[in-house]
Amino acid sequence: MVETKNPLSPWQLFWQRLRRRKIAMAGGGILIVLYLVALFAGFVAPYRYDDLDTDYSFHQPVWPRVEGLHLVVPRYAPGNGTFVYQLVPNDTKPLHLFIRGDRYKWFGLIPATIHLFGTGDRNYPVFLLGADQFGRDVFSRLLYGSQISLSIGLVGILLSFSFGMIIGGVSGYFAGATDTVIMRLCELIMSIPALYLIISLRATFPPGMSSSQVYTMIIVILSFIGWAGMARVIRGMTLSLREQQFVLAARAIGQSPLKIIVRHILPNTFSYVIVAATLSVPYYILGEVVLSFLGVGIQEPNASWGNMLTAAQNTDYLRNYPWLLAPGVAIFITVLAFNFLGDGLRDAADTKSL
Amino acid sequence: MNLLDIRNLKLDFGTGADVMRAVDGISFTIGAGETVCLVGESGCGKTVTALSIARLVPAPPANYVGGEILLNGRDVLKMSNGELRSIRGGVVSYVFQEPGASLNPVFRVGNQIRESLKLHKPDKATNAEVIRLLKLVGIPAPESRIRNYPFELSGGMQQRVMIAMALASEPKLLVADEPTTALDVTIQAQILELLHGLKQRLGMAILLITHNLGIVGDMADRVAVMYAGQIVELAPAKDLLRRPLHPYTKALMNAVPKLAGDADRLSAIPGNVPRIGNFPPGCRFAPRCPIAKSECSEKIPELVEVEPGRWVRCPFWQQTTKPV
Repeated sequence: MVETKNPLSPWQLFWQRLRRRKIAMAGGGILIVLYLVALFAGFVAPYRYDDLDTDYSFHQPVWPRVEGLHLVVPRYAPGNGTFVYQLVPNDTKPLHLFIRGDRYKWFGLIPATIHLFGTGDRNYPVFLLGADQFGRDVFSRLLYGSQISLSIGLVGILLSFSFGMIIGGVSGYFAGATDTVIMRLCELIMSIPALYLIISLRATFPPGMSSSQVYTMIIVILSFIGWAGMARVIRGMTLSLREQQFVLAARAIGQSPLKIIVRHILPNTFSYVIVAATLSVPYYILGEVVLSFLGVGIQEPNASWGNMLTAAQNTDYLRNYPWLLAPGVAIFITVLAFNFLGDGLRDAADTKSL
Repeated sequence: MNLLDIRNLKLDFGTGADVMRAVDGISFTIGAGETVCLVGESGCGKTVTALSIARLVPAPPANYVGGEILLNGRDVLKMSNGELRSIRGGVVSYVFQEPGASLNPVFRVGNQIRESLKLHKPDKATNAEVIRLLKLVGIPAPESRIRNYPFELSGGMQQRVMIAMALASEPKLLVADEPTTALDVTIQAQILELLHGLKQRLGMAILLITHNLGIVGDMADRVAVMYAGQIVELAPAKDLLRRPLHPYTKALMNAVPKLAGDADRLSAIPGNVPRIGNFPPGCRFAPRCPIAKSECSEKIPELVEVEPGRWVRCPFWQQTTKPV
């Protein structure tokens, strides 16, 4: 039997080229960390997202410090004046890892109480990023908020891209009248200013919706606008791919049009789609931020990066409590990471580049 | 009853003023287990004729104007989409010219063969069957080949995979559209030998499209020579090669370079193939024909049976032509 050395598969080649792009790899690494933390938000966050204590309104960030062999958390006492807290000297509590605390659920299913770190004492709060006006830990809310903000990007892309790919594939494959009708529809949707459409669509829904309903609605609205652009590009690629001989070969073995589109044409667009998807995720994240920022998105007390930023609308708050801008920094990092990764993927998918 | 009986097939491209007739009144038959060659220059309508057998020419832009394509006695031109899908692969399979382009670049070859099995032999869509097919077409180490992507195979191997795909559904008729044009001569011989052997083992009919007269002698039982959308000569292969009757066939055979003798120049047929939609009136070969007479440009001659089994579209076929 002839032994052949297995050549690299297309994916292996792609990976090899991607690995050489350090910025893209860094972006990818940051995203992996962000998504892992979001997945285990309940465990990493020392408090719950709705754990409020008005005694700590606008408490400044509290960082543990090294004392001897331990990490200890200092205590602050209310000072003279509202929302002013002063360090109490020589009053600390050691910081524990894997400590019992508030109840939460692993992946929303398995109840648990173990947290990554904490003091176990309400008088010694660990506010890594300070507290908001209700005395809620901004760091914890940031993590819980990332569950919504980060997943909205992925789910939105999944929805709008699969929809856009099928529609675009059908449009390009059948061409003719089908194509004309679908493309005019796409242009109609693309010509509507997205933000107004979002807000007016949102206005048609009742105000007292639960958070998960709002979450679904945001995704549906954003995807409803997002599929058209994707469909148009895929349609163009399909027009060229349908003339390929392997499509004729697939027709010649009696394959149905829908399966030819899904099995033979669309997989050939994946190298483009993966790049486009990575570069489009920020659009969905920002979409949620905009809606929540305007107060029509995720509602309090649930946390999302957008509604956390609502507090930053107030310039007084911004001047005195700059840590309220933390979600903005998180958005910035996430969007940048997605763009770096997307650029790297695009270069790696381009076989003409070195 | 013949396996395939094409009667007076006419096919247009485009509509209205831009209409171009690519196939103009083609008729021929293929019996079960028979090998028929379709010979002609590029653009004469060979491929369109072959694709029409399973109605694979997309309409629009094509337009099946008239005629019948009886496959197993049923008219392909009147079939529903569902019926068409079951005969495609089920009764007639195709092997195309560019094996590299006929395989989907993003799928492993094993999966592509399995796709054909799933459609027509769902209970046999197994790895073992795929390996058996690859063995049948002479691919070494098929167990490891099924995991290869098309680009990892040589042209000859790719064409073998295509043939395995075509055979998967056990068709009655294999249409091979210039299956060896993209391959070098050694591989060409191997592939033709493979097709010949498979035909004898599996008892299927073959419609072989080629512009290579050398292949005709090796493979064909009968030959149809096409020129500008029409059949100009139809004859048993041996007779045609030994004694061509139509001036075009004669010129075509004359154009094959011979090793014997001391010819310095390659002989060619003067002029060009007329463009589709711009055919001369009367006999379409007349402008290039060495024995053309004035009446040739007036009326299209009929394809007539001049000897048993030999059909020619030229009233002056008995006239000898000087080699050009």
